[in-house]
Amino acid sequence: MMADDKTSKKDDREILVKVEHLVQTFNKGKKDEVKAIQDISFNIYKGETLGLVGESGSGKTTTGRSIIRLYQPTGGDVLFEGQNIARLRNGSKAMLDFRRKVQMIFQDPYASLNPRMKVKDIIAEGIDIHHLAKSNADRDNRVNALLDEVGLNKDHATRYPHEFSGGQRQRIGIARALAVEPEFIIADEPISALDVSIQAQVVNLLKDIQDKQNLTYLFIAHDLSMVKYISDRIAVMHYGRLVELASADEVYNHPLHPYTQSLLSAIPIPDPEIERKRTPIPYDASKVEDERRRRMVEVYPDHFVFAATDEVAGYKAAAVKSHLVDHPPLVGTTTD
Amino acid sequence: MATNKPAEEPILSVKDLKIDFRTFAGPVHAIRDVSFDLKKGETLAIVGESGSGKSVTVRSIMGLLANNAHIASGQIMFHDADILKKTKRQLNAMRGNDIAMIFQDPMTSLDPTMPIGKQVAEPLRLHTNISEKKALAEAVRVLKLVGIQDAQERLKDYPHQFSGGQRQRIVIAIAIINHPQILLADEPTTALDVTIQAQIIHLLKEIQEKIDTSIIFITHDLGVVAGIADRVAVMYAGKIIEYGTVDEIFYNAQHPYTWGLLEAMPTLETNSDRLYAIPGTPPDLLDPPKGDAFAPRNPFAMQIDLEQQPPFFQVSPTHAAATWLLYPGAPKVELPPEIKRRRQIWETQFAGKEAE
Ligand SMILES: Nc1ncnc2c1ncn2[C@@H]1O[C@H](COP(=O)(O)OP(=O)(O)OP(=O)(O)O)[C@@H](O)[C@H]1O
Ligand SMILES: Nc1ncnc2c1ncn2[C@@H]1O[C@H](COP(=O)(O)OP(=O)(O)OP(=O)(O)O)[C@@H](O)[C@H]1O
Ligand SMILES: [Mg+2]
Ligand SMILES: [Mg+2]
Repeated sequence: MMADDKTSKKDDREILVKVEHLVQTFNKGKKDEVKAIQDISFNIYKGETLGLVGESGSGKTTTGRSIIRLYQPTGGDVLFEGQNIARLRNGSKAMLDFRRKVQMIFQDPYASLNPRMKVKDIIAEGIDIHHLAKSNADRDNRVNALLDEVGLNKDHATRYPHEFSGGQRQRIGIARALAVEPEFIIADEPISALDVSIQAQVVNLLKDIQDKQNLTYLFIAHDLSMVKYISDRIAVMHYGRLVELASADEVYNHPLHPYTQSLLSAIPIPDPEIERKRTPIPYDASKVEDERRRRMVEVYPDHFVFAATDEVAGYKAAAVKSHLVDHPPLVGTTTD
Repeated sequence: MATNKPAEEPILSVKDLKIDFRTFAGPVHAIRDVSFDLKKGETLAIVGESGSGKSVTVRSIMGLLANNAHIASGQIMFHDADILKKTKRQLNAMRGNDIAMIFQDPMTSLDPTMPIGKQVAEPLRLHTNISEKKALAEAVRVLKLVGIQDAQERLKDYPHQFSGGQRQRIVIAIAIINHPQILLADEPTTALDVTIQAQIIHLLKEIQEKIDTSIIFITHDLGVVAGIADRVAVMYAGKIIEYGTVDEIFYNAQHPYTWGLLEAMPTLETNSDRLYAIPGTPPDLLDPPKGDAFAPRNPFAMQIDLEQQPPFFQVSPTHAAATWLLYPGAPKVELPPEIKRRRQIWETQFAGKEAE
C-alpha cells in the first residue's frame, strides 16, 4: 500500500529506494521507550533529490540512518535497487556493494573528520576499503581529481582538517563521500552549521555533482528555503510520521496539512515589509494526529497528505481551491 | 553612527574599537576600528560572515574577551563610564545585571549539575539581597514569561530534562531576570528549528516591550534580521561596512558586500538554477588588506578599492556605507537583478518618506 504507487503518470520513474512501513523504536518495552519512526512509507526515485524536513526530534536522522542500515528497523522494510537491505549478510559481496553505493554526509563538518588524519587519507579511506585504486599513483590521482571536483586543490591533500574553514571541511566530507563513486547520498543537514554565503557554495556544488554523475540525494534539513531550492520532491515529517509528500513547488505553494502550513509560516523571509505582515500559524497536533487511523492519501495528482478517511474530501477540496489561484499568497501573510 | 532623532541619547556607544589577538603566527587584527551606538529600546542586528568579528564585538561589551586579546584602542561608553576601563569587580556588578548575554549554544551556558530553578534565580541572588524563597518565586514568574508554563513543578529538573527550545528559553530567563538595560544575543536561534525560532523571536520582542530593553542581535540569517531588527550593521573583516534602518539595508543597500549577502539568500521565489554565492574567501586578518577588504571578491571593485580604505559616505541621516561607489563622480554600476528588485520597492514605498 505504497502511497506513491497509486499515481498514474510517472511509471517511467525508476525506484532506487523503497521504504515500506518503517518503524523504529528505541529502548522498546523500557520506561524510556521512544517511538522515533511510526510506520512511514515512501519511494526515492533514481536521479531525484528528496528533501526531508520537520522539526527537531521528528525522526529525520533516524530515517536516514535506518536507510543506510546503521539501525536494524523495529518493523517494515527498506529496499535498495529492489533488494531488502535487512537480508544483506555482513561481509557479503552484496553488503560491501551496498556500503559503497550509499554514502552519508554529516551535519557537523568539525566532528565528522578525524583530526589526526591528512585530508588525502580521509578522502581515500573508502577507496582503500573497497580496493578501488590500482596503485598508489592511481590513489593520488583520484584524490586530486576529487579535491578539484569539490573546489579544493592538490596542495590541500597533505593538510589536516583543523587548517580548514567550515565550508572547506564540508567540501572534504563531500569528497570523501564521492570517492567511492556512490549512487545515493544521504546528506544530513550538510549546511546548517555554515553561514549563508558558504551555504550557497555547498548547495551549488551538490547540484553540479548530481547533474554530472546522475546521483540521487536524500537531503535532510530544517532550513526550508534551501530545501525547496535543491529538492524535486519534499517529505514533511512530524512526530515520527510523514504528514505530507509532494513536489517542492506543491509543498510550498499549496501546502495542505496544517503542520506543513505552520512550518512554512515560520520561515523568516529576508524582506522586512513581508515580515511585518506575517503571523506564524500555530499548530494543534491534537486534531490531525490523534489516535485515529490515518494513511498517506493522494488528494491531488502526486500530492499526498496524512489523512483519515473522513478528512480526505476536505483536503481534496482545499487542493482544488488552492490551485485555482494563480499566485497563492505566502503562507502566514494576511491579504489586505 | 548617526542617530535617528538627535534628541535620542544612545544607551551604549562604541567608539573606534580596535582589538587584536596575540597568536603564534602574529597578531590577528580581529576588530579594526568599529564604532556604533545602541539606542534605548531598539534592536540592532549585526550581520556578516563567519569570522567577521560579530562575537568579539559583543563579548568586548560584556568584558568577556579571551586572555590573548589586546584592546589596541577605543571606548565603550555606558552611562558615562567606559566599560573597557572597569575593574573586575565593577564588571561583575554589571554583568547579568545591567547587561546580559544569551549565547548560541544553550547547553554550554547552563550548568548541567544545577537544577534550573536555582540557575534562573542565581543572578537575582548575586545582585540583590533577596531571600532564596523570593528569588525562586521570581524565577517561576520569569520562566512562565518565557513560556515554561509548568515552571513551579519543574524547578528541580536539570537542563538535560528539557528540549533544545526549552533550554534556550531557560537561558533567556536567566538573562532577563534582572531586567537588564541591554541584552546581547549571539545567534540565539541558529541551532533551533524554524518553529521554535519563531517562538523565541516573538518572545524577545514581547519582553523588549515589557521591560524596555535594548537588544543587540547577532545572526547570519537575514530572514531573522528582517523580522526583528530596527537597525542593521553589516560587518566584514573586522569593520562595519554599512549601517542603516532595516528598510534601508534590505531595500536600499549600497555596499557590494551587503548586495552579495542579500543575493545569496534563497527566497521562496528563487527559481533560477544556481544560487548566487559570493566568490572567494574572506581576507587573512593577520595581514588585512590595505584598501577595501572586500575588493578582491568584489566584481564592482575599482583601482582605488585596492589602494585606499573607503570612508563612510552618508546616504541619509540614518544610513551610511563605506564604499568608493558612493564617492561623488564614481561610475554608475549596473545593479544585480535581486538588488534592482529591492531598489524598486524602496523607490515606490520608502523614498522621500524619511524626509518627513
Ligand atoms: N539512539 C537513540 N536512542 C534513543 N532515542 C533516540 C536515539 N536516536 C534518536 N532518538 C530519539 O528519536 C527521536 C528522533 O530523533 P532524530 O535524531 O531522528 O530526530 P531529527 O528529526 O533528526 O532531529 P534534529 O533536527 O534535532 O536532528 C528523538 O526523540 C530522539 O531523542
Ligand atoms: N582567542 C582568539 N585568538 C585568536 N583569534 C581569535 C580569537 N577569538 C577570535 N579570533 C578571531 O577573530 C576573528 C573574529 O571572530 P568572531 O568570533 O568575532 O567571528 P564571528 O563574526 O562571530 O563569526 P561566527 O559567525 O563564525 O561566529 C576571527 O578571525 C577569529 O578567528
Ligand atoms: Mg537530525
Ligand atoms: Mg560568532
